[in-house]
Amino acid sequence: MQQLLPDAKDPETLAVNRRIAEAQALTNGSQDALIISHVSKHFTKGSNGPLYYLKKMLRPSQKTPPHSHQRVIRALDDVSLNVKRNTIIGVLGSNGSGKSTLIRAISTLLIPDKGSVKVFDHDVITERDTVQRLINRVSVEASFFRRLSPIENLMYSARLYNVPGSEARKQIHALLDRLGIRKERRNHPIEDMSRGMQQKVAIARAFLTSPILLLLDEPTTGLDPRSKAEVQQFILELRANHDATILLTTHDMDEAEALCDSIAIIDNGRIAALNTAAELRKQIGEEMGLSGPATLHDVFMWYTGRAWKDDDDEDDNE
Amino acid sequence: MQSFGHSVQRNSRVALAFLERNFNLTKRYWAWELVWITYNIVNGISVTYIAAGANAVIPGFHISQSQLNTAILVLVIGTAVWSYISTCFDDVAMLFTIEKWEGTLEYTFMAPIKRITMMFGASVYAVIHGFVLTAIQLVVMAMFFHIDLSQANFWTAIIILLLGTASFVGFGFITSVLPMLFTEYGDKMGFIVRSVILLVSGVYYPVTVLPKWMQTLSAISPATYVLDGLRRSLINGQPIWQMWSSVIILIISGAVSIPAGLWVFRKGEEYAKRTGKLKRNG
Ligand SMILES: Nc1ncnc2c1ncn2[C@@H]1O[C@H](COP(=O)(O)OP(=O)(O)OP(=O)(O)O)[C@@H](O)[C@H]1O
Ligand SMILES: [Mg+2]
Repeated sequence: MQQLLPDAKDPETLAVNRRIAEAQALTNGSQDALIISHVSKHFTKGSNGPLYYLKKMLRPSQKTPPHSHQRVIRALDDVSLNVKRNTIIGVLGSNGSGKSTLIRAISTLLIPDKGSVKVFDHDVITERDTVQRLINRVSVEASFFRRLSPIENLMYSARLYNVPGSEARKQIHALLDRLGIRKERRNHPIEDMSRGMQQKVAIARAFLTSPILLLLDEPTTGLDPRSKAEVQQFILELRANHDATILLTTHDMDEAEALCDSIAIIDNGRIAALNTAAELRKQIGEEMGLSGPATLHDVFMWYTGRAWKDDDDEDDNE
Repeated sequence: MQSFGHSVQRNSRVALAFLERNFNLTKRYWAWELVWITYNIVNGISVTYIAAGANAVIPGFHISQSQLNTAILVLVIGTAVWSYISTCFDDVAMLFTIEKWEGTLEYTFMAPIKRITMMFGASVYAVIHGFVLTAIQLVVMAMFFHIDLSQANFWTAIIILLLGTASFVGFGFITSVLPMLFTEYGDKMGFIVRSVILLVSGVYYPVTVLPKWMQTLSAISPATYVLDGLRRSLINGQPIWQMWSSVIILIISGAVSIPAGLWVFRKGEEYAKRTGKLKRNG
């Protein structure tokens, strides 16, 4: 069993440790935090009005069917990925490359067309409840009840995850202290907070349930440099003390390099590269004919640079 | 694997989550609540005045004051019960519409809770909300009309109402999936379901005045039996065993609509997860 929080005497820490132990028990000692095998997912965009279906019905035998406004987007294309327990993996890729879709497929919010996702040996579709107990997620959009206060929003989450009320309340305050949300802001509607502050509350929400697989979708986007550093420190502590495995997406190359044990680059829904940052930099340095390693920025450009003519759907995603 | 005690605790915590959340939402959006209460009360009073004014509408028509009072009571009960049913139904049916607006839908669906627990949690709030609102409405209406409940059998009324609630929750849960499937119009479809129930269930008039084909709908609407049972218990003081056929129908209807609600819900959820519709902007 992993080392738990250092100072395990105060009741909050004990409660958190108890919940981590409960989660650990559900993993059956599996060392594979995440096994993604051959996952594909497509979306159909746009919709045809009733006229389209009427035309189709009236003239079913026509050679050229009526013009359809639907487009098919391959968001994930045969993605396979293994993540070892207690490591941090970074997923990098251009806008619209499928990072958030991948995270949704792991968080039981999307059912893949093909392939399977296993979290500590539990299938995300057939063992949904168990998987959900083990994971939590931070998304780019903060996603709260706007008019409710941070405390009210977080209490709601805690109760859904079966955390007793009094325990949750103490832990919420401890987390918000840690994230630098001032006491007097905690009981006012969250919509009055700045985007960065909301993002911190979203981070608190994910940490609150003591997940051992944490999915962080651009968790530090919109944070000031100090807050960013604090959140990064927090993430490292979770791995060190909470037996947490973390999958993180980011557009910040320094962050990826500082935090991640390994890096996956996803391009057009496919895994284009998977290795440690150092190894990727070395490889691309060689490919580029440099004397030393390339930067992670170069690596990103190398794998995501596609011909202009392919650049068809960089539209409305977050 | 889980013991009964754990499951009770789990269910009550989720119920509390919804209860507390909705209570907080009501507190922050109090103006909406006020609009809803006012709308229901004003509607109840206006409709009931139809009975109060019956003698004045048709020249030469005359029914006695005690007959008028009975007609008034029929409408007072009809409108009050309708407030209860529509509040209860809406609370469950709007469960995910609210979350879709706010953008919290994905987080609620990510929580490790069984759908039946979710349904239970939502309905506890719905029932309390419905009861409180109806009580306020009755108190206000008592200031306008002579309401004689000296004959009433309240226990029967409460049992009938609670039995009916199971069906409304089931129907509501089915309706709650719509906004996930039809991103734009889903929540509006809930209005249609509700207004059809209003039309066929004998809220303001006996269902016998409806065309025959519509009465088939009345026969399958649980609200019909709830309204009938409540009127018989509150006006005539009939005990529960004198309306056993309604009771049996309500039990069957509840026993069918709750699993049906869960089934439809699971199908809808699966569809939404296949097509990526849980996301806020479709
Ligand atoms: N629910 C959905 N319905 C329809 N299309 C979707 C949905 N979710 C994602 N897509 C599409 O799938 C593709 C991948 O989107 P995704 O959000 O995974 O990208 P991303 O890598 O997270 O991008 P970003 O860096 O901008 O966050 C995009 O073309 C997007 O428009
Ligand atoms: Mg994204």
